[in-house]
Amino acid sequence: MNAGVKRLSRYRRHRYAAPALLITALISLGATFQVASALPNSSRMESTPKSTLIEEGARIFAQGCSSCHGLNAEGAGIAPSLIGVGAASVDFQVGTGRMPMADMSQQAMRKDPIYNEEETAALAAYVASLAPGPAAINEAQLTYERDGNTAEGGELFRTNCAMCHNFAGQGGALTQGKYAPTVMGVEAKHIYEAMITGPQSMPVFSDKTITPEEKLSILKWIKSAESEPNLGGASLGRTGPVTEGLLVWTLGLGLLIGIAVWLTAKAR
Amino acid sequence: MKKVERIGVNVAGYVDDRTGAAKWLRKNLTKVFPDHWSFMLGEIVLYSFIILLLSGTFLTFWFDPSQREVVYDGSYEPLQDIKMSAAYASALHISFDVRGGLLMRQIHHWAALIFMAGMIAHLMRVFFTGAFRKPREANWLIGVGLVTLGIVEGFLGYSLPDDLLSGTGIRIAEAIIQALPVVGSYLAFFAFGGAFPGEAFIPRIFTVHVLLLPAIFLALITIHLMLVWYQKHTQYPGPGRTEKNVVGYPLMPIYMAKAGGFFFIVFGVTAFLGAVASINPIWLYGPYNPGQVTAGSQPDFYMGWLDGLVRMAPPLETAAFGYTISWNILIPGLIIPGILFTLMALYPFIESWMTGDKREHHLLERPRNNPNRTAIGAMSLSFILVVLINGGNDLIATHFSLTINQIMWFTRIGVIVIPPMVFVITKRICLSLQRADREKVLHGRETGRLVMLPHGEFVEVHEELSAAEKFTLTQHEQPMALQVPNSDANGVLNPQGLKGKLRARLSQAHVEQVSAPSASEAKELESGHH
Repeated sequence: MNAGVKRLSRYRRHRYAAPALLITALISLGATFQVASALPNSSRMESTPKSTLIEEGARIFAQGCSSCHGLNAEGAGIAPSLIGVGAASVDFQVGTGRMPMADMSQQAMRKDPIYNEEETAALAAYVASLAPGPAAINEAQLTYERDGNTAEGGELFRTNCAMCHNFAGQGGALTQGKYAPTVMGVEAKHIYEAMITGPQSMPVFSDKTITPEEKLSILKWIKSAESEPNLGGASLGRTGPVTEGLLVWTLGLGLLIGIAVWLTAKAR
Repeated sequence: MKKVERIGVNVAGYVDDRTGAAKWLRKNLTKVFPDHWSFMLGEIVLYSFIILLLSGTFLTFWFDPSQREVVYDGSYEPLQDIKMSAAYASALHISFDVRGGLLMRQIHHWAALIFMAGMIAHLMRVFFTGAFRKPREANWLIGVGLVTLGIVEGFLGYSLPDDLLSGTGIRIAEAIIQALPVVGSYLAFFAFGGAFPGEAFIPRIFTVHVLLLPAIFLALITIHLMLVWYQKHTQYPGPGRTEKNVVGYPLMPIYMAKAGGFFFIVFGVTAFLGAVASINPIWLYGPYNPGQVTAGSQPDFYMGWLDGLVRMAPPLETAAFGYTISWNILIPGLIIPGILFTLMALYPFIESWMTGDKREHHLLERPRNNPNRTAIGAMSLSFILVVLINGGNDLIATHFSLTINQIMWFTRIGVIVIPPMVFVITKRICLSLQRADREKVLHGRETGRLVMLPHGEFVEVHEELSAAEKFTLTQHEQPMALQVPNSDANGVLNPQGLKGKLRARLSQAHVEQVSAPSASEAKELESGHH
């Protein structure tokens, strides 16, 4: 008999043995129940009929969104109506963490999403059920790798996007503290949704203005710019001559003046 | 004598017999230059100019200054089959298909920035030490001319590749030309050979950029250096240094080695920047297309202050007699820069008029010893800095979470309020530094060593300055205000009129000083408590 079993048998008649056993049993039972109930839960989500998805979305909406957007998404003084914005808009705003807003500043900023994918999908389904609007995009629809043309996308980006988002998609300033965010590192579907829904200060680029194929080209160019190595050395933020000027006055001239001081230092 | 030496002597003798060069060389190779780091700022400029000539020549081998439309077919994939000008296509070719081309392009652009930054730093040194005073006013004027031409040359240079940012810059230049009343639109048509963008502008500015302006630079730099040579270099005051001598080291061998070595260092630093840091990544901007513009379109820093001025201008326009006058471009784009550069060019004459000082000066002044001039310089710099901040307002807004409107209003108000404040503060700081110098001369340097005297008192030991240090701190002049007569011989009051009053007032402001301790004061103190 080894030492462990010996100790167990020594304490089996201890006065706390029975309560400890009871607690252990309860915990393991609860844990098993949790796991058992969680597993089918997610699979049930996938097979949820649409009406229950919408109900789930309505529940989340009532909890997390209605205080600003109104109980029936009709909008209020501080937030717009969501009737007719479509699932694409919800997927973009909630999926990139912009909604719910952290504070009432000029513009909702990108942050870690508060709702997970299922919750976002439920919210989108609920908002889409209110009135027709652009549908959410899934990544599989975005065949830009196959159907896009990088160079054409670059031209389209410079014509339609660069004036706010900068030539390299690094983002830029708008008036009164609003800004065009960077498009680098943004999921392709969110960029696409932004183009078709025009979030915040951004205009809507309908399929008539920029055709779906052209949108794919833009995506392809953005993704190519994102992965393009910095061909000339350190990129200095890809923001133009301001950082170059800063570097020349600090490192460039600083280094040269430092050397001049060294060259003219009195020999000791 | 070795064989090699004998050959050397023979060759030298041959040349000297026919040219008499030995005497001239002995005189000039032993010419003495003073030693100070701030005297090397001009050298940085000269060397970066040489680097610009060399790297620029390399670039012209492949650059095609033409606005003829071509379809790109080079190795940069994201621009494949895009229509662009031959200028842009050849700049891409240099960047991606010529061995060492991108490095050379980047060296050329970094050298241009160092050239401009070095010129501004050199100009500040000359200004704040009073090196522009008689007899060097002409060299000051040449310097101001070089800065002005440098701005133009730099602008033309980054306009040549015909990328999106270049084209935007040219468009703004066109707008500034058009803002000239009456003749503006005619001049713009003349410069562009028709409507913007046309096909003429890039070939034209190419000729100006690689031929006309470099030739003018070369001529002006030569005169600039010859004047330094003949007028001799200024020096900082110190024991043994007078208005009549130059204390330093001879050109040969000391400065030959130092300057030669420094050239390679400047080249090295420029090449280092060109190798590690991207500058003007034209392939990302794309070809110029008048229908496109990018957020954060900024000029290079030496134009940035002009851009800042234009950005802060309120929307003022008047239409009269069929002509529109765009004050919003005319004032910030032409009138204010014109006033600034004229004042800068005339400053030596203005100062000489204010102080009535017509003497020659070869000894420099420490900036604190001329508080009024230092304050004027700091005031001007603060003006430029405030408008430069507005030139980058969009990047400052996005990177520091500010709003572009706040920055614009801050600079709009700041450009009027901050420079006078800087003037007053700088002047007070200078006077305080003079006071500190005076204190140091009279009471010595604080050593931080505390000593307890036998009766329990603590005193800090002050270390007396050396005679040389005392001399350096007290040698500067104590200028007197200009006397403007109240009445002339016939009893006419205030004969010079308003001008005389103004001059007296300015002179009064210019001489404000803390008096340097005199010998008698020092002696009194010595016999007193030491």
